[in-house]
Amino acid sequence: MAEPSNAPAAAHRARPLSPHLSIWRWSPAMLVSILHRLSGNGLALAGLAVLLWWLGALAGGEESYKSFAGVASAWYGRVVLIGISWAFFNHMASGLRHFVMDVGAGYELEANNRWSVFTPIVGILLTAAFWAALLLR
Amino acid sequence: MGNGTSIGKVRGLGSAHNGGHHWLLQRFTAISNLVLVLWLIVSLLLLPNFSYGAVREWLHRPVPATAMALLLISTFWHARLGMQVMLEDYVHTPANKFACIAALNLAAFAGAAFGLFCVIRIALGAA
Repeated sequence: MAEPSNAPAAAHRARPLSPHLSIWRWSPAMLVSILHRLSGNGLALAGLAVLLWWLGALAGGEESYKSFAGVASAWYGRVVLIGISWAFFNHMASGLRHFVMDVGAGYELEANNRWSVFTPIVGILLTAAFWAALLLR
Repeated sequence: MGNGTSIGKVRGLGSAHNGGHHWLLQRFTAISNLVLVLWLIVSLLLLPNFSYGAVREWLHRPVPATAMALLLISTFWHARLGMQVMLEDYVHTPANKFACIAALNLAAFAGAAFGLFCVIRIALGAA
């Protein structure tokens, strides 16, 4: 921005130059965006690693499957599996929101905030429903 | 960068400098992920138990083995595209960015290949 050379010093104090987390007022859409990236990269790193371990153990025979199942059914294995399932359902919910926004819908402030609040809640509810169906069957 | 049409004004911008094709592939693989991972979740819930015999008997059959092979291709492809966007946003030095994306491609292809090999072995081996 061009400033007259004789502008008072106060006009030169540091102004925010580019978007950064610390200068924005938090909104639900920002949380959904961050959770989408977090759960997506979590799925890519942890989710796919566990999927490969599961398939590799299954292909390797009964003994290797037993060692996988032992870790998967231990409490720390359960924590990781619950985390991966949450990451999937959260990523799915916010991904479906992406599809809606890709066609140009849902940008009105009120609708955008409403669906942004719903999205992570849907992810948590589906995770709870999945584990309830798995453990209570 | 042109100054005529609106597409000409945005071409080449952004941290990746291109991306229409990448963006579309991300959507196509997202749709197939949605179908295939929901198939996996329903299949897991319908399994009688998670014993070696029960899981192996299920994945040994042609349709589950095909679906799992497609799931591996689709999820690894989608993960590769998604992590590339993350790297383009956070790794700013061009050489480091190139190295990270090269490593990502090696890991994605290696992971998918290993998963496909396991599925083929389960599907074609003795149950």
